[in-house]
Amino acid sequence: MVQIKRMQQDGTDIIIPVGEIDAASSIELDLTIAKSISEGNTRILIDCTGLEYISSAGLGVFMSYIEEMQDKNIRMVLFGLHHKVANTFNILGLNRLLTIVQTKEEALQAVKA
Amino acid sequence: MKHSYKVGCSIQNLRGIREFIRGALRPFGISEMQISELVLAIDEMSSNLMIHAHQCNPDDLFELTIEVQHDKVIVELVDEKNVFDINAFKEPSLGELISEKRKGGLGIRLVKSIMDSVEYQQRDGHHVCRLTKKLQKT
Repeated sequence: MVQIKRMQQDGTDIIIPVGEIDAASSIELDLTIAKSISEGNTRILIDCTGLEYISSAGLGVFMSYIEEMQDKNIRMVLFGLHHKVANTFNILGLNRLLTIVQTKEEALQAVKA
Repeated sequence: MKHSYKVGCSIQNLRGIREFIRGALRPFGISEMQISELVLAIDEMSSNLMIHAHQCNPDDLFELTIEVQHDKVIVELVDEKNVFDINAFKEPSLGELISEKRKGGLGIRLVKSIMDSVEYQQRDGHHVCRLTKKLQKT
Protein backbone atom coordinates (compact mmCIF):
# COMPACT_ATOMS: atom_id res chain seq x y z
CA MET A 1 0.00 0.00 0.00
CA VAL A 2 1.31 3.38 -0.96
CA GLN A 3 -0.21 6.81 -0.82
CA ILE A 4 1.28 9.37 -3.13
CA LYS A 5 1.04 13.08 -2.41
CA ARG A 6 2.21 15.87 -4.65
CA MET A 7 3.16 19.47 -4.02
CA GLN A 8 4.87 22.27 -5.89
CA GLN A 9 7.67 24.37 -4.48
CA ASP A 10 9.32 27.19 -6.46
CA GLY A 11 8.54 25.54 -9.80
CA THR A 12 9.67 22.10 -8.69
CA ASP A 13 7.17 19.25 -8.61
CA ILE A 14 7.57 17.15 -5.48
CA ILE A 15 6.21 13.60 -5.46
CA ILE A 16 5.87 12.06 -2.00
CA PRO A 17 5.25 8.30 -1.83
CA VAL A 18 4.28 7.17 1.67
CA GLY A 19 4.24 3.46 2.53
CA GLU A 20 5.40 0.45 0.52
CA ILE A 21 5.89 0.19 -3.24
CA ASP A 22 5.64 -3.38 -4.54
CA ALA A 23 4.30 -5.16 -7.62
CA ALA A 24 0.76 -4.29 -6.58
CA SER A 25 1.30 -0.60 -5.86
CA SER A 26 4.05 0.45 -8.30
CA ILE A 27 1.39 1.50 -10.81
CA GLU A 28 0.53 4.43 -8.53
CA LEU A 29 4.09 5.75 -8.74
CA ASP A 30 4.16 5.17 -12.49
CA LEU A 31 0.94 7.12 -13.05
CA THR A 32 2.08 9.99 -10.83
CA ILE A 33 5.42 10.43 -12.62
CA ALA A 34 3.69 10.14 -16.02
CA LYS A 35 1.23 12.83 -14.97
CA SER A 36 3.97 15.13 -13.76
CA ILE A 37 5.83 14.80 -17.07
CA SER A 38 2.67 15.29 -19.12
CA GLU A 39 1.98 18.51 -17.22
CA GLY A 40 5.32 19.80 -18.49
CA ASN A 41 7.34 19.68 -15.26
CA THR A 42 11.08 19.70 -15.88
CA ARG A 43 12.17 19.55 -12.24
CA ILE A 44 10.86 16.59 -10.27
CA LEU A 45 11.81 15.64 -6.73
CA ILE A 46 10.92 12.29 -5.19
CA ASP A 47 10.62 12.73 -1.42
CA CYS A 48 11.39 9.25 -0.04
CA THR A 49 11.28 10.13 3.66
CA GLY A 50 7.98 8.23 4.03
CA LEU A 51 8.95 5.34 1.77
CA GLU A 52 9.31 2.24 3.93
CA TYR A 53 9.92 -0.38 1.25
CA ILE A 54 10.50 -0.68 -2.48
CA SER A 55 10.75 -3.81 -4.63
CA SER A 56 11.97 -4.18 -8.20
CA ALA A 57 8.59 -3.12 -9.57
CA GLY A 58 9.12 0.35 -8.09
CA LEU A 59 12.78 0.50 -9.11
CA GLY A 60 11.72 -0.43 -12.64
CA VAL A 61 9.39 2.57 -12.75
CA PHE A 62 12.29 4.96 -12.07
CA MET A 63 14.48 3.14 -14.62
CA SER A 64 11.81 3.30 -17.30
CA TYR A 65 11.78 7.12 -17.27
CA ILE A 66 15.54 7.69 -17.46
CA GLU A 67 15.66 7.96 -21.25
CA GLU A 68 12.52 10.02 -21.65
CA MET A 69 13.75 12.46 -19.02
CA GLN A 70 17.11 12.79 -20.75
CA ASP A 71 15.38 13.44 -24.08
CA LYS A 72 13.05 16.04 -22.60
CA ASN A 73 15.69 17.65 -20.39
CA ILE A 74 13.81 16.76 -17.23
CA ARG A 75 15.77 16.46 -14.00
CA MET A 76 14.61 14.02 -11.35
CA VAL A 77 16.25 13.83 -7.94
CA LEU A 78 15.44 11.40 -5.11
CA PHE A 79 16.10 12.32 -1.50
CA GLY A 80 15.53 11.15 2.06
CA LEU A 81 15.90 7.41 1.44
CA HIS A 82 15.81 5.21 4.52
CA HIS A 83 18.88 3.03 4.99
CA LYS A 84 17.15 -0.19 3.88
CA VAL A 85 15.48 1.44 0.88
CA ALA A 86 18.82 2.96 -0.19
CA ASN A 87 20.38 -0.50 0.09
CA THR A 88 17.86 -1.85 -2.45
CA PHE A 89 18.95 0.80 -4.97
CA ASN A 90 22.60 0.11 -4.21
CA ILE A 91 22.39 -3.68 -4.68
CA LEU A 92 21.58 -3.08 -8.35
CA GLY A 93 23.87 -0.07 -8.79
CA LEU A 94 20.91 2.22 -9.50
CA ASN A 95 22.51 4.83 -7.25
CA ARG A 96 24.88 5.42 -10.17
CA LEU A 97 22.10 5.83 -12.73
CA LEU A 98 19.75 8.02 -10.71
CA THR A 99 20.50 11.21 -8.82
CA ILE A 100 20.06 10.43 -5.12
CA VAL A 101 20.90 12.88 -2.32
CA GLN A 102 20.32 13.03 1.42
CA THR A 103 18.28 16.15 2.16
CA LYS A 104 15.55 18.18 0.55
CA GLU A 105 17.85 21.22 0.44
CA GLU A 106 20.46 19.25 -1.52
CA ALA A 107 17.74 17.92 -3.78
CA LEU A 108 16.39 21.40 -4.54
CA GLN A 109 19.93 22.48 -5.43
CA ALA A 110 20.64 19.38 -7.52
CA VAL A 111 17.45 19.63 -9.52
CA LYS A 112 18.36 23.18 -10.60
CA ALA A 113 21.94 22.32 -11.57
CA MET B 1 11.46 -24.58 13.66
CA LYS B 2 9.97 -24.36 10.21
CA HIS B 3 7.33 -21.69 9.63
CA SER B 4 4.84 -22.06 6.83
CA TYR B 5 2.42 -19.74 5.05
CA LYS B 6 -0.09 -20.65 2.36
CA VAL B 7 -1.19 -17.87 0.10
CA GLY B 8 -3.29 -17.21 -3.02
CA CYS B 9 -1.64 -15.79 -6.13
CA SER B 10 -2.99 -12.24 -5.85
CA ILE B 11 -0.26 -9.61 -5.75
CA GLN B 12 -2.32 -7.92 -3.04
CA ASN B 13 -1.00 -10.73 -0.81
CA LEU B 14 2.66 -9.67 -1.15
CA ARG B 15 2.32 -7.43 1.86
CA GLY B 16 1.20 -10.36 4.00
CA ILE B 17 4.14 -12.41 2.72
CA ARG B 18 6.58 -9.68 3.79
CA GLU B 19 5.00 -9.56 7.25
CA PHE B 20 5.28 -13.36 7.52
CA ILE B 21 8.99 -13.34 6.61
CA ARG B 22 9.78 -10.50 9.04
CA GLY B 23 7.84 -12.20 11.82
CA ALA B 24 9.58 -15.53 11.24
CA LEU B 25 13.10 -14.03 11.21
CA ARG B 26 12.95 -11.41 13.98
CA PRO B 27 13.24 -13.84 16.93
CA PHE B 28 16.63 -15.05 15.68
CA GLY B 29 18.50 -11.80 16.26
CA ILE B 30 19.31 -11.44 12.57
CA SER B 31 20.30 -7.89 11.59
CA GLU B 32 17.52 -5.68 10.22
CA MET B 33 19.49 -5.19 7.00
CA GLN B 34 19.74 -8.94 6.37
CA ILE B 35 16.04 -9.37 7.19
CA SER B 36 15.13 -6.60 4.77
CA GLU B 37 17.20 -8.22 1.99
CA LEU B 38 15.57 -11.61 2.59
CA VAL B 39 12.11 -10.00 2.62
CA LEU B 40 12.94 -8.34 -0.69
CA ALA B 41 14.19 -11.55 -2.33
CA ILE B 42 11.13 -13.55 -1.22
CA ASP B 43 8.79 -10.77 -2.35
CA GLU B 44 10.45 -10.87 -5.78
CA MET B 45 10.24 -14.68 -6.03
CA SER B 46 6.61 -14.69 -4.90
CA SER B 47 5.50 -11.93 -7.27
CA ASN B 48 7.24 -13.66 -10.19
CA LEU B 49 5.45 -16.90 -9.40
CA MET B 50 2.08 -15.17 -8.96
CA ILE B 51 2.33 -13.07 -12.11
CA HIS B 52 4.17 -15.30 -14.58
CA ALA B 53 3.13 -18.82 -13.52
CA HIS B 54 -0.38 -18.14 -12.18
CA GLN B 55 -1.51 -14.96 -13.96
CA CYS B 56 -2.42 -13.58 -10.51
CA ASN B 57 -5.25 -16.09 -10.01
CA PRO B 58 -6.20 -15.63 -6.32
CA ASP B 59 -7.62 -19.17 -6.19
CA ASP B 60 -4.24 -20.74 -7.00
CA LEU B 61 -2.32 -21.34 -3.78
CA PHE B 62 1.34 -21.89 -3.07
CA GLU B 63 3.15 -22.53 0.18
CA LEU B 64 6.09 -20.64 1.59
CA THR B 65 8.25 -22.20 4.26
CA ILE B 66 11.13 -20.61 6.12
CA GLU B 67 13.63 -22.22 8.39
CA VAL B 68 16.66 -20.81 10.18
CA GLN B 69 19.54 -23.24 10.69
CA HIS B 70 22.45 -22.02 12.75
CA ASP B 71 24.27 -20.13 10.00
CA LYS B 72 21.74 -19.97 7.18
CA VAL B 73 18.16 -19.28 6.19
CA ILE B 74 16.34 -21.72 3.91
CA VAL B 75 13.18 -20.60 2.15
CA GLU B 76 11.03 -22.82 -0.05
CA LEU B 77 8.23 -21.96 -2.43
CA VAL B 78 6.14 -25.11 -2.89
CA ASP B 79 3.71 -25.16 -5.78
CA GLU B 80 1.45 -28.01 -6.90
CA LYS B 81 1.16 -27.02 -10.52
CA ASN B 82 3.54 -24.40 -11.71
CA VAL B 83 7.08 -23.21 -11.52
CA PHE B 84 8.84 -19.99 -12.47
CA ASP B 85 12.48 -20.87 -12.92
CA ILE B 86 14.57 -17.73 -12.67
CA ASN B 87 17.68 -19.67 -13.69
CA ALA B 88 16.07 -20.15 -17.12
CA PHE B 89 16.02 -16.39 -17.70
CA LYS B 90 18.90 -14.34 -18.93
CA GLU B 91 19.34 -11.29 -16.75
CA PRO B 92 18.94 -8.16 -18.83
CA SER B 93 21.70 -5.60 -18.39
CA LEU B 94 20.83 -2.28 -16.78
CA GLY B 95 21.46 -0.63 -20.15
CA GLU B 96 18.94 -2.94 -21.82
CA LEU B 97 16.41 -2.20 -19.10
CA ILE B 98 16.77 1.53 -19.67
CA SER B 99 16.65 1.46 -23.46
CA GLU B 100 13.76 -1.00 -23.65
CA LYS B 101 11.86 0.87 -20.91
CA ARG B 102 11.20 -2.49 -19.31
CA LYS B 103 9.72 -2.33 -15.89
CA GLY B 104 10.58 -5.98 -15.18
CA GLY B 105 13.81 -7.92 -15.07
CA LEU B 106 15.32 -6.20 -12.07
CA GLY B 107 13.76 -8.66 -9.64
CA ILE B 108 15.80 -11.59 -10.92
CA ARG B 109 19.00 -9.56 -10.53
CA LEU B 110 18.01 -8.69 -6.97
CA VAL B 111 17.30 -12.31 -6.02
CA LYS B 112 20.57 -13.54 -7.49
CA SER B 113 22.49 -10.76 -5.75
CA ILE B 114 20.93 -11.42 -2.36
CA MET B 115 20.60 -15.21 -2.17
CA ASP B 116 23.50 -17.66 -2.21
CA SER B 117 21.59 -20.31 -4.15
CA VAL B 118 18.30 -20.83 -5.97
CA GLU B 119 17.55 -24.49 -6.72
CA TYR B 120 14.55 -26.25 -8.18
CA GLN B 121 13.43 -29.79 -7.41
CA GLN B 122 10.39 -32.07 -7.59
CA ARG B 123 9.16 -33.46 -4.29
CA ASP B 124 6.03 -35.55 -3.71
CA GLY B 125 4.64 -34.34 -7.03
CA HIS B 126 5.21 -30.68 -6.12
CA HIS B 127 7.51 -28.10 -7.63
CA VAL B 128 9.88 -26.82 -4.97
CA CYS B 129 12.04 -23.74 -5.32
CA ARG B 130 14.64 -23.69 -2.55
CA LEU B 131 16.54 -20.52 -1.74
CA THR B 132 19.36 -20.34 0.76
CA LYS B 133 21.32 -17.50 2.30
CA LYS B 134 24.23 -17.70 4.67
CA LEU B 135 23.84 -15.33 7.60
CA GLN B 136 26.48 -12.79 8.50
CA LYS B 137 27.22 -12.69 12.22
CA THR B 138 26.06 -9.45 13.81
